[in-house]
Amino acid sequence: MVDYKGGNIGIFVSTPGSNSPQIRQQKGAAMPFGNTHNQLKLKFSSADEYPDLSKHNNHMAKVLTPDMYERLRSKQTPSGFTLDDVIQTGVDNPGHPFIMTVGCVAGDEETYDVFSELLDPIIEDRHGGYKPTDKHKTDIEASNLKGGDDLDSNYVLSSRVRTGRSIRGFCLPPHCSRGERRAVETLSIEALASLSGDLNGKYYALKNMTDAEQQQLIDDHFLFDKPVSPLLLASGMARDWPDARGIWHNDNKTFLVWVNEEDHLRVISMQKGGNMKEVFNRFCTGLTKIESLFKERGHAFMWNEHLGYVLTCPSNLGTGLRAGVHVKLPNMSKHAKFEEVLKRLRLQKRGTGGVDTAAVGGVFDISNADRLGFSEVELVQMVVDGIKLLVEMEKRLEKGESVEDLIPAQK
Amino acid sequence: MASSFSRILSSKRHIGFLSLVGGSVTAGFLLHREHVSAGTPVRRSYPASAEYPDLRKHNNCMASNLTPAIYAKLCDKATPNGYTLDQAIQTGVDNPGHPFIKTVGMVAGDEESYEVFADLLDPIIKERHNGYDPHTMRHPTDLDASKIHSGQFDERYVLSSRVRTGRSIRGLSLPPACTRAERREVERVVVDALAGLKDDLTGKYYSLTQLTEKEQQQLIDDHFLFDKPVSPLLTCAGMARDWPDARGIWHNNEKTFLIWINEEDHTRVISMEKGGNMKRVFDRFCRGLKEVERLIQERGWEFMWNERLGYVLTCPSNLGTGLRAGVHVKLPLLSKDPRFSKILDHLRLQKRGTGGVDTAAVGGVFDISNLDRLGHSEVQLVQTVIDGVNYLIECEKRLERGQDFKVPPPLKQFK
Repeated sequence: MVDYKGGNIGIFVSTPGSNSPQIRQQKGAAMPFGNTHNQLKLKFSSADEYPDLSKHNNHMAKVLTPDMYERLRSKQTPSGFTLDDVIQTGVDNPGHPFIMTVGCVAGDEETYDVFSELLDPIIEDRHGGYKPTDKHKTDIEASNLKGGDDLDSNYVLSSRVRTGRSIRGFCLPPHCSRGERRAVETLSIEALASLSGDLNGKYYALKNMTDAEQQQLIDDHFLFDKPVSPLLLASGMARDWPDARGIWHNDNKTFLVWVNEEDHLRVISMQKGGNMKEVFNRFCTGLTKIESLFKERGHAFMWNEHLGYVLTCPSNLGTGLRAGVHVKLPNMSKHAKFEEVLKRLRLQKRGTGGVDTAAVGGVFDISNADRLGFSEVELVQMVVDGIKLLVEMEKRLEKGESVEDLIPAQK
Repeated sequence: MASSFSRILSSKRHIGFLSLVGGSVTAGFLLHREHVSAGTPVRRSYPASAEYPDLRKHNNCMASNLTPAIYAKLCDKATPNGYTLDQAIQTGVDNPGHPFIKTVGMVAGDEESYEVFADLLDPIIKERHNGYDPHTMRHPTDLDASKIHSGQFDERYVLSSRVRTGRSIRGLSLPPACTRAERREVERVVVDALAGLKDDLTGKYYSLTQLTEKEQQQLIDDHFLFDKPVSPLLTCAGMARDWPDARGIWHNNEKTFLIWINEEDHTRVISMEKGGNMKRVFDRFCRGLKEVERLIQERGWEFMWNERLGYVLTCPSNLGTGLRAGVHVKLPLLSKDPRFSKILDHLRLQKRGTGGVDTAAVGGVFDISNLDRLGHSEVQLVQTVIDGVNYLIECEKRLERGQDFKVPPPLKQFK
């Protein structure tokens, strides 16, 4: 031990890397942000690196034991996404006592494979018992939907279906580099430019928007802004904003695509009124067309038999689909069994401002609760059938009649 | 100390020992920048031109200095710990800046960042620190408080005095990049050392993860508690990860010496008291710092420091001394004089509201502190503040008496 006098530690100089005993080996392409230096961490014991999850309430915290952490921490996906990258958002956001967030994200398609030991139980818990061996059915054949064109527009104010798509071979928003994100944007612009007819439209890059364009998109309720939720920020999705982010929509303003927000693509079909069938038709046509346009250019969407469409958040796996309506249910919503009915119909409610907002004037956003384990047609069918029933119950209550005989069984 | 850390450190201590024994020649050789080798290059799927950030709407030091050529040269490099250029500049890419305020736009993830990314950091340092050239210049460190003179202000004007700086523990990554284990080790090392402080420096550590409600309230009332950073300048750099794990506050029983652990830097050291005895504040500051340094050295650790850059901290703006010495001072008349800003500028001082950066001054009370950090020693900077504030008080007094004052000539810079 060197003991020097003089108070000035200037003689100890910055140490050269070549003398450090462990030279960092980099396997695969390493991406920026967060925990690329996984090799450094491996020098320290797993116990020293294991996060403090004692105050946490999210799916990740429920599942990630110290033993599991030790087994998974030396792994990384081919693009260099590591366990700590997956869980950072869950470590930084302990969660809410009442709301159970996921607490994990994927950085690429392989994340779901390499870290399946962590993600499978989370998926099972989040998606109603969906097992690692289960198969997910994809069905975007709109003609399979029965009815849905006659939801009462006196009650159903608007109808909307949204999902997400990821482009195979590219890293996902938490992990992608600028070059990659821009490549996703370029591909998307090119593919979307080929859409025609009812789907003829235009792309608005966030960073090139004029004030007039911006105002119009805000008025249309199309514009998305830089995420502010710490759940998203902590995962790295907002890096380099607004580079390579944009909005495409058709001239009729009924089909909308977000590029590089929470996922590579978010696809939305919507219109005023209760013609969910038409909304779903356009949704399926548009998605199918977009998929073939990407395929023409040599790119497929991330999809597999077990998880369906692969997206950034495990909560959006399978269909990634949320089909919903804004519906007036001032009487039904006050009924004692409202929540129970929704639960049995496999539906969820939100305020018309979105998650956790209050319903204004008795108008609710009602949509499917499930994402994985049911096909797109099945989920939209549940919404169509469920909304029909809820509107019928609303009408009964208006007339002062009972709805007891209409209470459904659990789907 | 965990054995894994002993292994990492052993090589570094040998270098230090060698240079001590071998004298200045060895030290000089090891100082030579190229001797720090970067880690194995980062493999990239896209050319540098496809990855170069869009900085057209940006106004920060990083954006002013990061040419496509420099980006191309550095984008595949990493420090031995694996910290990359993209990580270092992320905060500057994500925060274009303000038309009037020029932020730095870049951080260091470890000590070696300043070497591996020198092609970018040196011009940034030069721009931010008034032409200080790390290539050719040497930073003087001087913590001999006995050299300070006239360090007692007129307490009818000066309400409080404070000196702060930061210190980093050599061998452990900095807050933007550190792993949880490293951050916890910083906490262990520093808390362990602080437990050895005695007399007026005897104190106690409050870990943020274990604060009782009562302790939390007391720390808030004392204005000691720091919270999770909300500024996107900091969060985009990754400094708030895993909050509040391994973060905490230590202060002495007298509440005049305070240390923040694992906030923006490994440690932030603050000496303060009510009134105008800046000499005593600085004396305690130097004593405390030296004692902490001695205590960590006993345990085989040391602070990050070198002759080019002085004390190495996370933000390039805090290099050198990392020192901000300031007072809360009543200048109701002078602050309304149109020459106020010019006087401050000539005296190498800056003003802030008493709530901190960008707050308004309440009741004519301003926070006045040194502008400079690098290229001047601690003693020089504190003396500058003392001389400057005394001058400001003189001006205020003259205005009170209906007299005029002279704008002082600008202080000489090292350029």
